[in-house]
Amino acid sequence: MKQGRSTLLWTALILILLGGMHTAWRHFVHQVPLLPGSQQTYWDLEARVEMEAEGSPVKVRLAIPQSQPGFLMRSEHTASPGFGVSFVEGDQRFAEWSIRSATATQWLYYRAQFQFDPKRHIPAVDHAPDLKPSTWSQPLQAAAAQVLRRSWQESADSFSLAKALAERISNEKNQNGRLLLSEMSASEAMVNLLNDAKVPARVLYGLKLEDGRRRQALQQLVQVFDGQNWQLFDVNSAASLDVTGNNYLLWQQQAGPILEVEGAHESKVTFSMLTTHEPASSSVNALAVKDALLSLSIHSLPISEQALFKTLLLLPLGALVVVVLRVFIGLKTSGTFMPLLIALAFLEMSLSAGLITFLILVSAGLVLRQLLAYLNLLLVARVAAVIVCVIGMIALFAVISFHTGITTGMKVTLFPMIILAWTIERMSILWEEEGPLEVVKQGGGSLITATLAFLLMDIYEVRYWMFNFLGLQLVVLALILIVGSYTGYRLLELWRFNPLANQNKG
Amino acid sequence: MLNWLKKYLASPRQLRQLGVLGLNERNLACISAHNPRSSFPSVDDKLLTKLLAEDYQIATPALLGTIRHQAEITRFEGYLPKQGGFVIKPAKGSGGKGILVIQYVSGNRYLKASGEWISREAVQRHLSNLISGLYSLGGHPDAAIIEKLIHSAKDFADFTFEGVPDIRVIIYQGYPVMAMMRLSTKDSDGKANLHQGAIGVGVDLTLGTAIQAVQHDRPVFIHPDTGSPLEKLRIQNWHYLLDLAARCYDMTGLGYLGADLVVDAEQGPLLLELNARPGLAIQMANGTGVKPRLQAIDQHRAELRGPAEVSEVRVKVAQQLFGKQVCSARQLNVE
Repeated sequence: MKQGRSTLLWTALILILLGGMHTAWRHFVHQVPLLPGSQQTYWDLEARVEMEAEGSPVKVRLAIPQSQPGFLMRSEHTASPGFGVSFVEGDQRFAEWSIRSATATQWLYYRAQFQFDPKRHIPAVDHAPDLKPSTWSQPLQAAAAQVLRRSWQESADSFSLAKALAERISNEKNQNGRLLLSEMSASEAMVNLLNDAKVPARVLYGLKLEDGRRRQALQQLVQVFDGQNWQLFDVNSAASLDVTGNNYLLWQQQAGPILEVEGAHESKVTFSMLTTHEPASSSVNALAVKDALLSLSIHSLPISEQALFKTLLLLPLGALVVVVLRVFIGLKTSGTFMPLLIALAFLEMSLSAGLITFLILVSAGLVLRQLLAYLNLLLVARVAAVIVCVIGMIALFAVISFHTGITTGMKVTLFPMIILAWTIERMSILWEEEGPLEVVKQGGGSLITATLAFLLMDIYEVRYWMFNFLGLQLVVLALILIVGSYTGYRLLELWRFNPLANQNKG
Repeated sequence: MLNWLKKYLASPRQLRQLGVLGLNERNLACISAHNPRSSFPSVDDKLLTKLLAEDYQIATPALLGTIRHQAEITRFEGYLPKQGGFVIKPAKGSGGKGILVIQYVSGNRYLKASGEWISREAVQRHLSNLISGLYSLGGHPDAAIIEKLIHSAKDFADFTFEGVPDIRVIIYQGYPVMAMMRLSTKDSDGKANLHQGAIGVGVDLTLGTAIQAVQHDRPVFIHPDTGSPLEKLRIQNWHYLLDLAARCYDMTGLGYLGADLVVDAEQGPLLLELNARPGLAIQMANGTGVKPRLQAIDQHRAELRGPAEVSEVRVKVAQQLFGKQVCSARQLNVE
């Protein structure tokens, strides 16, 4: 017994040392600062080209972005096993891959890091496109003229005209706008209308920047010129008509195809993005990529994987919270690690929204479960039925919250549905057998655990540390080992055995 | 603030002095250290326990039948006794979950121990849930055991509400170290589980008499439903019962074991079930911690020469060490 304990302490000590050393190394050699401190926002963007090669020579040409107002390109590189790569500079930059022969599915990666820098003036390299004579078909001519006339009256310059036009086109109640959209996309309609008004404009493809998104597609944006300046407009999303520069990045500088492929079929390109906050002084990620194997850095993985790890690396901390609460406090939870999954769902929403949603879902689920009990079903079928009902409720919840303008409801989908259904079933049985008090105890215990785990995982510094210093994972592991060998009393046992102590005292 | 804490919480030092065993220590120092994983199935599966008990000539309640498949459920009445009640139990249940006690059958209606009538369909639904694994230890598919209903011996009639009282004995390395009787109450719905509200009465190892009693972990002196003073409780045949419990160690090889015994009006003492993870409330019922006793047994075993002791001797040793005649001061000195 004693020997086992000393082995354990040594193991923990070695783990902590290793973790500390790795952290120190990251700090001193890679110059990752210990505190998030003064931050620069970086966007890591990744384009993934996927295609089925036919065995003949393959040539791939992908349009790639460059520095633009608000975004400064820091680094770019490609990953493509066996392919030759060259960059074509010019008004529009391209990455060109080629290979003599390839078969089966091929993946090509292009990755670029942009620094978000709204203050620095990065000149727009573009010159305005030529005006094209409009080509309205007969029935649309009158509608186009009317939309343009109204918008012209409401506007003062090119940009305000574009804004007024975009509002008309995206407004579903506008008859003329509807008519135009029956023959062309909203962006094309807007460009045509602007050209009619002698305002140069064109459709370009860009990315809407959202942290941790994977498998995204490019969006059509309208670039409107006024002399030397230009602005972007997103006609499709009525919510953000005016592109204010910080959440859209132009992928191309000139109209034209994004991806051209020879010698392969079923080609497509998808995009992933991730935002990181790092010190402005050092380009940490560039270093990390260079000796990826040595530094064992998550930053050397494809961005879509990195986005996953951002959350995954927090899980050990949550597990530690569960272990501490169980061993030191003695809190009862329904399902040992269920609170951890709930906490993960909380991370995607806000805490209060998460708690309310959880309570509503579980209580509605309990009522439904009571109704199902009358149908006399087999256990597996009953739990499956609860799963269906829970998903139905979540859909209802999302719809209601969307129409009432609460957007947090939309993310309810992240709740672990299957676990939730089992929780409902167990709690319902618990209610029947031990009474509502026990349900409240276990449910409350689960929620307290989930909340504490959430509060820890939500701290900005904690997220920064866990993502940037992988050595800390070993420290967490060591802490779990140490807590796991604690044989003292739990806090709730001090309360439980209190009469025993009093009686022997008196 | 500090006073308030002192009023409601015992200090760890106090508990250590009393030798109270906590859950963390029980899990590590008792269960992990002395209960080999391979022996768990013989305890966790009540059907296996019954078969094993038969081999060791330990009496258990009469088995009427088992149901393993959903298809057999409609024929469950074939197993029922001509008259009298029966009990349906999950073979791999825990903490008294999923036990249905039927006292009397009248046509398609079944009288539960609590006095509530339920339909034939309700019994079938219970069986279906049970076989699906609702009450089993990891949600695994389970088997239903149908046993003859036990009738409480007359001595205990005044001390129990509806259910049958059972006797829990903690056996450490084969030596009984602590015992308590569990009396069902209205609160516990006729069940003898302490966390459901049954009364736990600490029992002296030499005499088989009550030491003190708790309900919901707090002291009680009279049975809340029958009004009988709990200190009058006395168990007949006590020595035989302890021997029965001690023999369960030879049967399972588990070093830290809880044996649940009952005294049936007709069949006498029976082994109800075994538990490889017995709870800690028994310390509350006895008004003392179990740790010094475990240490005393360890010391006794260390000093022991020659062959391992048989169950009768082990009971005697335990009675000498922990019985009332022996001054309790000696237990503390062991530490």
